[in-house]
Amino acid sequence: MQSVENRIKEKAAELLTTKKVDLLIGFERGTMPLRASPAFIYDEADIEKLAWNSFCEMNLARYLTRITSKRVGIIAKGCDSRAIAALVVEGQVKREQIMIIGVPCPGMVDRRKIEKEIKGEIDKVEEKKGEIIVKGNNFEKVFKKNNYLYPCCKVCKHGNPSIYDILIGEKVKENSKVDEYAEITEYEKKSPDKRWEFFEKEVSKCIRCYACRQACPMCYCEECFVDSFHPKWVDKSLDFSDIAIWHIMRVYHQTGRCVSCGACERACPMQINLRFLTEKINKDVKVYFNFEAGLDLSVNPPLAAFDIKDREDFIDTC
Amino acid sequence: MKVKEPKIVAFLCNWCSYAGADLAGVSRIQYPPNIRVIRVPCSSRVNPLFILKALQEGVDGVLVAGCHPGDCHYISGNYLARRKFTIFKNLLDYLGIEKDRVHFTWISAAEGARFAEIVKEVTERVKKLGPVKRLVKNRSA
Ligand code: SF4
Ligand code: SF4
Ligand code: SF4
Ligand code: FES
Repeated sequence: MQSVENRIKEKAAELLTTKKVDLLIGFERGTMPLRASPAFIYDEADIEKLAWNSFCEMNLARYLTRITSKRVGIIAKGCDSRAIAALVVEGQVKREQIMIIGVPCPGMVDRRKIEKEIKGEIDKVEEKKGEIIVKGNNFEKVFKKNNYLYPCCKVCKHGNPSIYDILIGEKVKENSKVDEYAEITEYEKKSPDKRWEFFEKEVSKCIRCYACRQACPMCYCEECFVDSFHPKWVDKSLDFSDIAIWHIMRVYHQTGRCVSCGACERACPMQINLRFLTEKINKDVKVYFNFEAGLDLSVNPPLAAFDIKDREDFIDTC
Repeated sequence: MKVKEPKIVAFLCNWCSYAGADLAGVSRIQYPPNIRVIRVPCSSRVNPLFILKALQEGVDGVLVAGCHPGDCHYISGNYLARRKFTIFKNLLDYLGIEKDRVHFTWISAAEGARFAEIVKEVTERVKKLGPVKRLVKNRSA
């Protein structure tokens, strides 16, 4: 059977030559081993670049709100497709402008975890039947892929694209029983002081580079609140309160929008645990409004909707 | 020992809660002088960022009040606000910010007495917490 990568190339060639799309956004091999980067293919001649492997971790929907091409083809894993759907629902992309080439995703590999276990310099990486084979000057090491997945991929329930025009590859078996919020539920049991301590410890590492925002498909605002000068909400400082406000508001803005792709956390140069923030929001959105972003084009985002019977146990009565 | 009087900011919606406060005033109902009122068009006008900013500037407590469900001047503003604050309030608690720092309630234009009650209650609870610390600017200075 043909590899998924080859079938992606074939489809890309077909779409570009028949002018069904002007641009195809996909993945290509990165300049370093264990890495991929986004590929923007306008020309048939570049199709060979396209890649599909366990390192295609970026959320490509990120680029949709910035492109000017009329018809765009895009390779979409589960989380990319959810972000596309969420962007369509929010009126940021036109569904008919986008040709979604869905690719069921078996989970992406956390390169940092692998790099930690390797001493020398990595020259080459191969993949075979659920194994990642890493080769260097005088070593070769085999890793079981499933043990090295990203935290978000380990508990992912939506590996299959939620919306697509074309599907390439076999659908993956989704683990519908996994409790994706187990970590959050555990964390909630700690005392408020312990939770504050952890928040402080994690967030204090932040250097305010905003890579998390830049990587996130749902952070498409022309002017982010944190950059605003009129009014200036957040000082450009490293005072803890400013950093904390940045983080609280960023994650609050993800209410009903975050698709748990983990792009923000992977982009963070300080390796801050951002999942403990995003997943809290996602959990509450699920618990209170029974909503998950990007699964259904016909449902309004939870903060743009209401139910007269919404819970209000936090309202003071006396 | 003298307890420092807390400062509390109250965001009151123009159509109900602000009028409720006004009624408390003209009816000469006593309530603690700890609150500083900011009038907003509707409870849904309150961006959670306003609340964080207040805490950052050293305000010890925040109260947000709007029309009762069903009574919003803009029909659904308070329903939307209720959803926003459900998420926001839970998030603050999750991070370890004291639950009693930030309060939400509904107060109608006829509820002058209730306005006074709420202000009393909120002031008591904020007083118990002591001065705001966690999100304040220049904590170490
Ligand atoms: S907040 Fe992070 S996990 Fe959520 S959609 Fe944005 S990048 Fe993905
Ligand atoms: S953090 Fe908020 S304001 Fe900034 S880009 Fe993201 S959604 Fe927009
Ligand atoms: S990527 Fe990391 S360091 Fe940069 S702003 Fe986001 S959390 Fe802070
Ligand atoms: S006008 Fe009072 S809550 Fe909307």
